Amino acid sequence: MSVLVGNDTRLIIQGITGTEGSFHGSQIQEYGTNLVGGVTPGKGGQEALGVPVFNSVTDAKTATDCNTSVIFVPPAFAANAIIEAAEAGMDLIICITEGIPAADMVKVNHTIKNLSTRLVGPNCPGVISPGKAKVGIMPGFIHQEGSIGVVSRSGTLTYEAVHQLVAAGLGQSTSVGIGGDPIIGTTFIDMLSLFSEDDETEGIVLIGEIGGTAEEEAAQWVIDNNLQKPVVAFIAGQTAPPGRRMGHAGAIIAGGKGTAAEKVAALEAAGITVVSSPADIGKAMAEAINTK
Amino acid sequence: MKIHEYQAKELLRKNNVSVPNGIIAFSLAEALAAYDKLNVKTAVVKAQIHAGGRGKGGGVKLVHSRDEVENVAKQILGMTLVTHQTGPEGKEVQRILIESGVDISRELYAGIVLDRAERKFVFMVSSEGGVEIEKVAAETPEKIIKEWIDPEKGLTADQARNLAVALEMTGTQIDSAVDIFLAVWTVFIQYDCTLMEINPLVVTADNRVMALDAKMNFDDNGLFRHKELLDYKDESEEDPAELEASKFQLNYIKLDGNVGCMVNGAGLAMGTMDIIKLYGGEPANFLDVGGVANAETVANGFKIILSDPNVKSILINIFGGIVRCDRVAQGVIDAMDTVNVSIPVVVRLEGTNAKEAAELLEKSSLEFLVATSLADAAEKAVAAVTEGAQ
Repeated sequence: MSVLVGNDTRLIIQGITGTEGSFHGSQIQEYGTNLVGGVTPGKGGQEALGVPVFNSVTDAKTATDCNTSVIFVPPAFAANAIIEAAEAGMDLIICITEGIPAADMVKVNHTIKNLSTRLVGPNCPGVISPGKAKVGIMPGFIHQEGSIGVVSRSGTLTYEAVHQLVAAGLGQSTSVGIGGDPIIGTTFIDMLSLFSEDDETEGIVLIGEIGGTAEEEAAQWVIDNNLQKPVVAFIAGQTAPPGRRMGHAGAIIAGGKGTAAEKVAALEAAGITVVSSPADIGKAMAEAINTK
Repeated sequence: MKIHEYQAKELLRKNNVSVPNGIIAFSLAEALAAYDKLNVKTAVVKAQIHAGGRGKGGGVKLVHSRDEVENVAKQILGMTLVTHQTGPEGKEVQRILIESGVDISRELYAGIVLDRAERKFVFMVSSEGGVEIEKVAAETPEKIIKEWIDPEKGLTADQARNLAVALEMTGTQIDSAVDIFLAVWTVFIQYDCTLMEINPLVVTADNRVMALDAKMNFDDNGLFRHKELLDYKDESEEDPAELEASKFQLNYIKLDGNVGCMVNGAGLAMGTMDIIKLYGGEPANFLDVGGVANAETVANGFKIILSDPNVKSILINIFGGIVRCDRVAQGVIDAMDTVNVSIPVVVRLEGTNAKEAAELLEKSSLEFLVATSLADAAEKAVAAVTEGAQ
């Protein structure tokens, strides 16, 4: 088993004819993901990457029975693209686009919260279930099929963690980048819940960073739900100065809140192994699995 | 993006939020002319810098005559204002706001921020005006009253009324406050703000409600639809190296240490800073070179990092995904040819084509310290500081 994406994934790409969409689309196909179509308004009827292009997600759904969409459209149009995919009935929407205004994401979350769709991102690398499906921009070859669930607010730091896991002999069930923006769809809690119910996932790596309270909420969830699977966490930004946005729109210590120290304390209080060095993630997970 | 108080008030005034009359001055002559034009006895001279805490730092003074304006303006213009937000080096004052004095009966607080956990904007008011809201939130959270804003409806008149009543306003004060709260919300959402603070919001002796101070931050991701706001940008408020980096599309933040770092991805860049510290060093900067790490990007990165004289070694940490490590390696080699780098450079390349990259670095005649892992890289970069300092 894996979560979110796998052998059942029937994927479309919103923005398939754009530079990003077509480049990453071909990588996604090469990995073996079942790409069934694409959407670019005004280009319906054409073909891209060997699959049909549609004018709307609804058209794509009717013709291909797609269940997942990955979004590469520019920030100004991305919010509407998410809403369109949700209203067309996609089970899963993964939004890679970086730079969507926060006010747009407030509206998106409000609009889709009562629909039966799950949004991952925006501003994220996407989701991969190694050996099954890749829906995102991560390098597929660094991953290995296995039993560790990875959830992270970062991109390249997630690749680093995956690299360490593989070096320690640990593959991944699914690796999810939930995104670096202040308002995102799927949260740490959502992923902990999915991983806890997934039989194949034996351990979880959680990579957080400064800003917001998502890590603290995740820690509380672990306590409330008495999570039995080992969790190893790292919080990036222990040396970040307050009041400065560290690259990600959501990575900022504001009003003295959102510090790494607060997050580490909350996670540790929930019995989670927090490594202080980003180089120790793989090793710590291996130890946690072996002593389980 | 941050703007000055006088600019925020200009936006508020345009949108029917009551603010004191005021005129911005860049020189002593302009300050005196502004005072004459305001035609009042009591005025306030306010230093305009982006940091808060200006009053405590001596950047805000009450004046009662033309002579006093002259003295105070001389004193404040050009002074280095140090507040809890500027850091010990302070900030030079280049603009002062001359504003009509207001007869205040009550000082309150009003603000709007993004509540990330609730995924909504929240309008907050407090009877504790004029003090830091973070302090109120930490010590007496019950004194902050909140209304979460429905993204479809916006702030409603009912909610605005609830806030006014919670502030123990009475009679016409309530109507005046409701108008202001609704107008403030309109400005907030119209311009894609991430933060708006009216601190203090005052009730005047003649029962009017007025914004005596205003702080507005804008969502950088929303600026593409508000080009007019770019005129408000004051580049002198930004760190010169950070400003330069932004021209190259590099995300750079200067810190106090001596180990420079160049990394792809914000999370890995923070993680790299953290591990430098763990190995006993101090990171000199945050630098995310993003998805394109070619010779030009690397060369620009070197220039920015080396503009900080404290830097004694440089750590390049690239995890190649879409970025191919061999291209980064070639970029580093080419950049070292064009930029004079006289301090040790530690290179750690992992991921796509890492092996080819290692071969390229090995064949090059340039001197690198090649690291085999993240920990190894941090250790070498910190150790190299001693060497770079010689």
